[in-house]
Amino acid sequence: MTTFTRRLALTAVAAAAFASLPALAAEKVNLGVSIPAATHSFMGGINYWANQAKKDLEKEHKDLKITIKTAANAPEQANQLQDLSTVTKINALVVFPFESAALTKPVAQVKAKGAYVTVVDRGLTDTSAQDAYVAGDNTAFGRIPAEYIVKQLNGKGNVVALRGIATTLDNERMDAFNAVLKNSPDIKLLDAKYANWNRDDAFKVTQDYLTRFKNIDAIWAADDDMAVGVLKAIEQAKRDDIKIIFGGAGAKGMVKTIMDGKDKRITADVSYSPKFIYDAIKLTAEARLKGEKLPATTIIPSVLITKENAKDFYHPNSPF
Amino acid sequence: MPPEQQTPPPPRTLEAAQQQHRSEAAPRWTERLHGLGPVIGLVLLCIAGTLLNGDFATLDNAMNVLTRTAFIGIIAVGMCFVIISGGIDLSVGSMAALIAGSVIMFINWAGPASGSPLLAVVMGAVLAVVLGAVFGLAHGLLITKGRIEPFIVTLGTLGIFRAYLTYFADGGALTLDNELSDLYAPVYYASLAGIPVPVWVFVIVAIVGGLILNRTAYGRYVQAIGSNEQVARYAAVDVDRVKILTYVLLGVCVGIATLLYVPRLGSASPTTGLLWELEAIAAVIVGGTALKGGAGSITGTVVGAVLLSVISNILNLTSIISVYLNAAVQGFVIIIVAFLQRGRR
Repeated sequence: MTTFTRRLALTAVAAAAFASLPALAAEKVNLGVSIPAATHSFMGGINYWANQAKKDLEKEHKDLKITIKTAANAPEQANQLQDLSTVTKINALVVFPFESAALTKPVAQVKAKGAYVTVVDRGLTDTSAQDAYVAGDNTAFGRIPAEYIVKQLNGKGNVVALRGIATTLDNERMDAFNAVLKNSPDIKLLDAKYANWNRDDAFKVTQDYLTRFKNIDAIWAADDDMAVGVLKAIEQAKRDDIKIIFGGAGAKGMVKTIMDGKDKRITADVSYSPKFIYDAIKLTAEARLKGEKLPATTIIPSVLITKENAKDFYHPNSPF
Repeated sequence: MPPEQQTPPPPRTLEAAQQQHRSEAAPRWTERLHGLGPVIGLVLLCIAGTLLNGDFATLDNAMNVLTRTAFIGIIAVGMCFVIISGGIDLSVGSMAALIAGSVIMFINWAGPASGSPLLAVVMGAVLAVVLGAVFGLAHGLLITKGRIEPFIVTLGTLGIFRAYLTYFADGGALTLDNELSDLYAPVYYASLAGIPVPVWVFVIVAIVGGLILNRTAYGRYVQAIGSNEQVARYAAVDVDRVKILTYVLLGVCVGIATLLYVPRLGSASPTTGLLWELEAIAAVIVGGTALKGGAGSITGTVVGAVLLSVISNILNLTSIISVYLNAAVQGFVIIIVAFLQRGRR
């Protein structure tokens, strides 16, 4: 909520500034946005919210031009950053790097040419290449489900987990999950395998978990896409020992299930909304229009989604 | 031994002729051993799997693995024809994804529009096969009449198919409406005589594929073209038609695989069918078909496909190896099996 109030304050300040000193708005902001292509639902959401930000903000500020580029891999993103800098001549950049290490140099070059750089989600290895950092809370993404599962199982039971793709982000989540479980010796984490944030892979891995373990109390699917595969595998095996399935990120289908109370195994989720790209673009654009800076780090908090607050996280028009 | 190995295809170069000569001179039992490479690999893997986890050898697990293999296996049977004829198709994963997405959109539309959900599902399944055949035909025409390398044509469509799916899905997922999904579900989840439907379809596709390859003139032509296209042309084989048909056949196989795939999750997303092309090609090659074409076997392909999914199944059933190394294990096994059957190129 802190970001929300901060944003409100910023907007208010911006509005006041525009009203009193229209001359200051003469400096145009040419903002470049570089994001990964929509290769899975979450990135689909990122693309949706980036375009939404362009639509809303360009309508609101006539001195703002936003150019969005999507890349299928890290080298392509590096090329696009060059293009944005030399051809589009951006003076502000919001970048969601494909990977941390490979894109640090290319982003640093854009900054060296005088653009203001906001990095989103995946941090760069050298933070001097960025002016501001906006990210979701990966620690809470792992901690919240672990706490929820421990509480619901009364501190005793068998848990299996799925992991995404081997990245620092995935490790942070897993470490936070493990850290909570360490305090509950009667909760056993039977195994945690990679399913690549992919429904089909999650289906296969869950099938094999169900073959291997005769008694599972909770599955941490760690992603709402993977949870879809998990549910189908359980349905096929006709197993009724699983009491909790915990996804992650707050996809609209999952939030709807929680809202309607459709599945008693799915009662909570943790937010990690792709909407943070919208916030990052808005914060950067509005700060730059006024010639201001952003705080060095802005963390968009991950919070527990339950039936009570689910409607705040339900965006039926977003693809995610 | 599959019949296609009894009459070796005509050697196409001097070097090949020498190799041919050498292998004929080799003792027969080693020849047999080489042919059995994938089978030996599979048997060893199964023994290892059973030792590592007793649950591996259960009927339920076997059925899980075979059902999973069905998609890649069915595609691999079609791929086998394309590769034997000297071609390649890199687009099958994307094609499967686009077909899945199109079928889902069609069924969602036709269900309410036609008033009969069952009819919609049946027409959707037919559409899957038709779309596959059409895509395959487009590949075949571009490759033969357009004279573009198959690698390039299908690399192009690999991007095109997936991009269109992403576009239709708006970057998210296309999902089958609940009621329709329940109606369609038995195609993946139901069993006949204790064996899941996809496994039956897989077996039928493999048998039909084997018959076409080994018992028909068309199958002979495919092998002849892969062996030496010029000679086949001089022998009055309609090379273009045969080649186009191999791609159509593969497209139909992709369509069949997809119509089994859709009811599994009832959804298609940009990650659907990712890297299936490599898995299908690997199954064909591990099964003893030469990547440069000319000779190959459907039996080997089926064994190759099963072998690939058994590896990941075993890895999921144990935790002795770090999860970071799963892909490495898969790589090692593929290379070892290829080594076992190396004498047959």
